[in-house]
Amino acid sequence: MRTPRRRRRALLVAATAIAVGAVAAGCGGGDGRGGPIVIDGSSTVAPLSEAAAEQFQDRNSGARVTVGTSGTGGGFAKFCRGETDIADASRAITPEEIEACAAAGIGFEQITVAYDGLSVAVNLENDWAQCLTLEQLNAIWAPGSDVSSWNQVDPSFPDEKLVLFGPGTDSGTFDFFTRAVNGEAGAQRTDYDNVGEDDNAAVTGVNGSLGGMAYFGLSFIRENTDKVRALEIDDGSGCTGPSAETVQAGEYTPLARPLFVYSADTALARPDVEALLRFYVEQNDAISSQALVIPLSQEQRDTAIEQIDALAGGATE
Amino acid sequence: MSDPDRRRLRTGARNAIRAAGEDSEALALGMRSRAEVWKSTAFLALLLLSVLVALSLLFTLILDAFLDGRSRLNLELLTNFPSGVPENAGLQSAIFGSLWVIGMMILTVVPLGVGAAIYLEEYGEGNRWYKRVIEVNIQNLAAVPSIVFGILGLGMIVRGPLSLGQVAYAGSLTLALLVLPTIILASREALRAVPSSLREASMALGATKWQTIWHHVLPNAIPGIATGAILAVSRAIGETAPLLLVGATVFVTFNPDGPLSEGYTTLPVQIFNWVSRPQDEFRVLAAAGIIVLLVILLVMNSFAIWLRNRYQRHA
Repeated sequence: MRTPRRRRRALLVAATAIAVGAVAAGCGGGDGRGGPIVIDGSSTVAPLSEAAAEQFQDRNSGARVTVGTSGTGGGFAKFCRGETDIADASRAITPEEIEACAAAGIGFEQITVAYDGLSVAVNLENDWAQCLTLEQLNAIWAPGSDVSSWNQVDPSFPDEKLVLFGPGTDSGTFDFFTRAVNGEAGAQRTDYDNVGEDDNAAVTGVNGSLGGMAYFGLSFIRENTDKVRALEIDDGSGCTGPSAETVQAGEYTPLARPLFVYSADTALARPDVEALLRFYVEQNDAISSQALVIPLSQEQRDTAIEQIDALAGGATE
Repeated sequence: MSDPDRRRLRTGARNAIRAAGEDSEALALGMRSRAEVWKSTAFLALLLLSVLVALSLLFTLILDAFLDGRSRLNLELLTNFPSGVPENAGLQSAIFGSLWVIGMMILTVVPLGVGAAIYLEEYGEGNRWYKRVIEVNIQNLAAVPSIVFGILGLGMIVRGPLSLGQVAYAGSLTLALLVLPTIILASREALRAVPSSLREASMALGATKWQTIWHHVLPNAIPGIATGAILAVSRAIGETAPLLLVGATVFVTFNPDGPLSEGYTTLPVQIFNWVSRPQDEFRVLAAAGIIVLLVILLVMNSFAIWLRNRYQRHA
């Protein structure tokens, strides 16, 4: 009868000891940066950063990079508290965010790493709409808009109910689209199907409703050509559809958008962060194709390398 | 009472019992009205339907995940690290991350929860107001949405007073807060179920209160506490939202070195990430990941049940 009781006691003592030890160790630890390179931010840019991190780590054993997807805004919030080394962003940093960074003493640099064509998707069976003007898009998505049927967009369109899907208000995609189409970031009608950060839900939604419409990154069009179709956009200089060529040539306006990474000055002083950013630009074609976004042109790549050269030079002074 | 009185009483009682027995026999022989028989059959059918709905829903979900993910259920899924190329992507860092986070959570939350339960059951005085306040608070905590614990973890553990940074143990502590009420409530039930005769016997033999609890009450309560721990693990292992807030990231290609290692991911976080990717292949991976998560949960729970049964036999 003694053995089991003793074993029982030993187990309890061991469990308590380990827990207390862990708590004690926990209180002492927590040195900030210096571990892995921490990247966080836009879920649109994340596949790109993951591809870069993956290929970078393949070639540099011992390098450690983590990528998070807190959204562009969430990424900047962490970045400006010094909790991350690099922020992924699908829009430029806002004045408020710059202020927050400045208040924490964090200097940063913006580097364009790829391009995306924000695409307006419709149902495959939609045989009436090929191209919409910017005014028509604005009429559909403007704040307070009461357009509810396709024939209100253009009298030649059928009387088909318009079903709208869009991302959540924390997303950089939302900010960019509303600025480009409605003239003000964040201004948009509110009676649409909010899919949050899950663009696949928008694809499924548009695929399931004849009068459906949604906007998301070009990669979701490319991966779902059997489910949805992208509209051409007319900004006054003719109809242009989203594609690698039109985006790179600057013809797909105003919905072509640059994708950025922001690096903290202090992080750039670390040789591994500098090497990662250099790798990001030099291996841009391979990284972009893995992430299904549009790579930088040769000229844009040269500009980015010059930027990094200048920064790295400045940091070592 | 005289003897005849007593005898009369006994006979009366015996007759009453016999009558009751005959009544119930009559009932059993179908003397009830047709409407009542119908009602009780309908009731039984409804109960079976509830069980069926719950089971078929669960079964459909598991089957759906299995059919979707079956093509990727192989050893590489377990040994590879996450990758942007779906063919190379695997779950190793997520599996190790989940095991670290959940393991450290259990080691932290069980002593805390059992301690609180012992205080409330064995030491806390009857109906003092502060004990009631604690009790109401614990019950309310159990109903707080998990994202709120994530915000608390971010403000108090990752930043703020503890300032651990975005390390695996910060995730463990956040989940520990989340499941603490479960552990406390289950442990209290377990302690209450230990017969008070055991405590009294121990005290009567001269044991102190502490000795009584440590040597007699607690060992007998272990099966119930283990049940609480199983519930806690089952809830914690599937949590995504609070972990995303306290630093679990979606792309980590190395395993945690220990509880204070920065950069970790867990299975639900990895599944969440894969579901939102444009490529179909990632959704297949997510389904396979769900199966892996279920298997790991089953293994962990089986271990806890084995442990519980061992103690039940010895107790």
